Amino acid sequence: MLKGLFNVNRWQRLLEALPEYYIPGFLMTLRTALCALILALILGVIFGMFSTSRSKILRAISRVYIEFFQNTPLALQVVFYYSCLPILLGGGGMRIPKFVLGVMGVGIYTGAYMSEVIRTGIEAIPKGQTEAAYSQGFSYMQTMRYIIFPQTIKIIMPPLANQALNLVKNTSILAMVAGMDLMYFTDSWGSNTGYFAQAYFTSALFYFIICYPIARLARYLEIRAMRQPVGKRLLEEVNADGGAN
Amino acid sequence: MAEQIRLIFTPDNFTFMMKGLGMTVMISIGAVFFSILFGSLLALIRTYAKGKASILAKIVAAYTEFFRCTPNLLWILWIYFTVKGDKVWVSIFAITLFTSAVMSEIFRGGLNSIPKGQFEAAESQGFSFPQTIVYIVWPQTFKKVIPALLSQVITVIKDTSFLRMVDIAEFMRNCSVVMGTLSDVRGMMILYAFEALCYFVICFGISIAVRRYRKSLG
Repeated sequence: MLKGLFNVNRWQRLLEALPEYYIPGFLMTLRTALCALILALILGVIFGMFSTSRSKILRAISRVYIEFFQNTPLALQVVFYYSCLPILLGGGGMRIPKFVLGVMGVGIYTGAYMSEVIRTGIEAIPKGQTEAAYSQGFSYMQTMRYIIFPQTIKIIMPPLANQALNLVKNTSILAMVAGMDLMYFTDSWGSNTGYFAQAYFTSALFYFIICYPIARLARYLEIRAMRQPVGKRLLEEVNADGGAN
Repeated sequence: MAEQIRLIFTPDNFTFMMKGLGMTVMISIGAVFFSILFGSLLALIRTYAKGKASILAKIVAAYTEFFRCTPNLLWILWIYFTVKGDKVWVSIFAITLFTSAVMSEIFRGGLNSIPKGQFEAAESQGFSFPQTIVYIVWPQTFKKVIPALLSQVITVIKDTSFLRMVDIAEFMRNCSVVMGTLSDVRGMMILYAFEALCYFVICFGISIAVRRYRKSLG
């Protein structure tokens, strides 16, 4: 696994390959992760609110979305988008850009997890508060905006950060559809040269550079949320999912 | 549509795909089994290694942080290309390496939630430290982390689909072999739906079990 890791010559070759392989791959991964994160958050808020709304239909829709995307592999979803969507969208030689594929695949997948986190967060706020708000003439949106969200946000931040961490790691799935991301370039350089130790070690470092700050942030937010009165109980509940992804 | 279904689900194809599903389940069970073993060992070291042994705790911390911050797919590819041996075992090893880090975090959370007083009580009753862990702390921890553990099992099952990239004969790879024989998009859609359904039944089943269990805990 680490054979030839300390071979200077190989590292030199890797340095030469950086601008051509690793830097564009890294940027692609970064861009994809950022846009997918935005998409996931939007979906998370929408479906999180759906699943706490009073409408049965909205609740059912969000349930189906969450369960379907959480319980099927991301790889399957992305490969499906890759091979079937172009044909469904009008056929012919149309190709979906890899960037769009990544944002869509990872964004929709992580969105399901974020919805679940946001739902737990909203449900943790006692019902009495919503009723009190309604009795004061607050609309649904106003209740959310002024009463529920400000309390929820602090508690759901740690699990959301964990999901963001998973999201970054999951962008590596793009390699499966030749997605020009970090993992794809790592795989292709590694296979070209046979210097696997160098190829994957460097790649791991690049992922670490993005992920470690997020992991630290998650830890920090967790400690801070624990200080909130409702935080501890809730965190236990949300974390019972283990931040799994 | 009936025509396509007949084409896809010939007895040969069906057995072939189900063999893949069997492989997926087997690899998942293997990886989960070893990650629970290894992960709990890591968690115990990280939580209780004190004094001279605290260097071990630091190493474990570095291990978990590093694996938590790198994708599973990376380890699968790296190990597949560099470790020799039976490819199925190599895959189990790769997934175990990654999943142990996650498992150890889950166990650590459980260990930390055991009140300190229990150690003191056990000591006053003449329990040695290993005895306290084995008979008092571990059973409680394990019970507490079962939901998180099962959620991670779902993740492992889904992650085995990465193995398609290294041509292990697991479910998704075998299905795509069958898909290669199809020419029209409707057949492909049916097959994708079938794949999704199989994964869904397994994973959703586990997630229902998680919810039941959590409810029973109150």
